[in-house]
Amino acid sequence: MNDNDPIVLAMQVKEIVQALELKVYSGEEGLDREVSGAYVSDLLSDVMGHADTGQLWITLQTHKNVMAIASLKDLAAVILVAGHKPAENTVEQSNEEGIPILGTLLSNFEISGRLYELIKNR
Amino acid sequence: MHFEYNIEGGDFTRAGYASSQVKKLLKKQGVEMSVIKRTVVAAYEAEVNVVAHAYGGVMYVDLDDRQMRIVLQDTGPGIEDIQQAMEEGYSTASDAVREMGFGAGMGLSNMKKNAHELNIESEVGKGTRVEIIMQIA
Ligand SMILES: Nc1ncnc2c1ncn2[C@@H]1O[C@H](COP(=O)(O)OP(=O)(O)OP(=O)(O)O)[C@@H](O)[C@H]1O
Ligand SMILES: [Mg+2]
Repeated sequence: MNDNDPIVLAMQVKEIVQALELKVYSGEEGLDREVSGAYVSDLLSDVMGHADTGQLWITLQTHKNVMAIASLKDLAAVILVAGHKPAENTVEQSNEEGIPILGTLLSNFEISGRLYELIKNR
Repeated sequence: MHFEYNIEGGDFTRAGYASSQVKKLLKKQGVEMSVIKRTVVAAYEAEVNVVAHAYGGVMYVDLDDRQMRIVLQDTGPGIEDIQQAMEEGYSTASDAVREMGFGAGMGLSNMKKNAHELNIESEVGKGTRVEIIMQIA
C-alpha cells in the first residue's frame, strides 16, 4: 500500500478467503460481511464473553453450537483449523444464517499469524 | 409482553434457540445494540447451563418499556455452593460436555459481568432459578 491509497478500514470475508486460500464450506451469502478482527479459542463461553461483532472466530470446534454463538454474537465468519470439517447440522445453520464456515489445513497458530499480518495495518 | 421457551436438558442441538428469540425481540423493539449484546451473553449462558447441568427447564421472558426480565427455572441437581460456582474456572461439567468446548467455568461470570442485575437461587436435589434483569431504556 502506498501513501496515496485511500484508507480501507475493513476487509470483507471474501478478501480474506482469497488471500489466505481458505476453503468455503458454507454460508456463501455472508462472504461480503466486513471483518473487524478475530478471536482464537475453543472454549465457547470464552468466545461468548470476549469475541465481538464482526470478528472471525478461529477454532477446531465443529458442532452446531459454534453457529449458535456466531449468530448470537454477529461474528463475520468461522475458520476451522487443521483440516477440521463442520458437522452437517452446523453447515445447515451456517447457510440459514448466512455466516460462512471457512477452513484451512494450517494450525491455529499459523493461520492466526497470517491473518494478523493481513489485517493489522487496516 | 410475556414469552416462554422450553429448554431440554442434554439437548445441545437446540441450545441457544431461546436466546436467539430474545435477541430478535430486543432488535424489534429498537433497543440499543450495546444492551442487546449484554442481554444475549447473559441469556445464552443461563440457557446453556440448563442444557449442560439440569434435566430441563423453562425460560420466562417479560418485557416492558423499561426493562427485560429473564427467569430460568430448572429441575435438576441444583447448586450446593453458589459463591464457589460463580468463581471463574469452577466447573462440574462432564468430559463429554468439555470436549464440546463447554465447561470452562466462565458462564456464570459472563452472566455477572453482563447482566444489570443477577439473582440466583438454588435448592440441591430440586433445581435452580436464575433471574436476569436488563434495563433497556
Ligand atoms: N442450572 C444449573 N444447575 C446445576 N448446576 C449449575 C447450573 N448452572 C451452573 N451450575 C454449576 O455451576 C458451575 C459453574 O457454571 P458456569 O456456567 O460458570 O460454568 P460451566 O457451565 O461449568 O462452564 P461454561 O459455562 O464455561 O461452559 C457448573 O459447572 C455447575 O456445577
Ligand atoms: Mg455454563
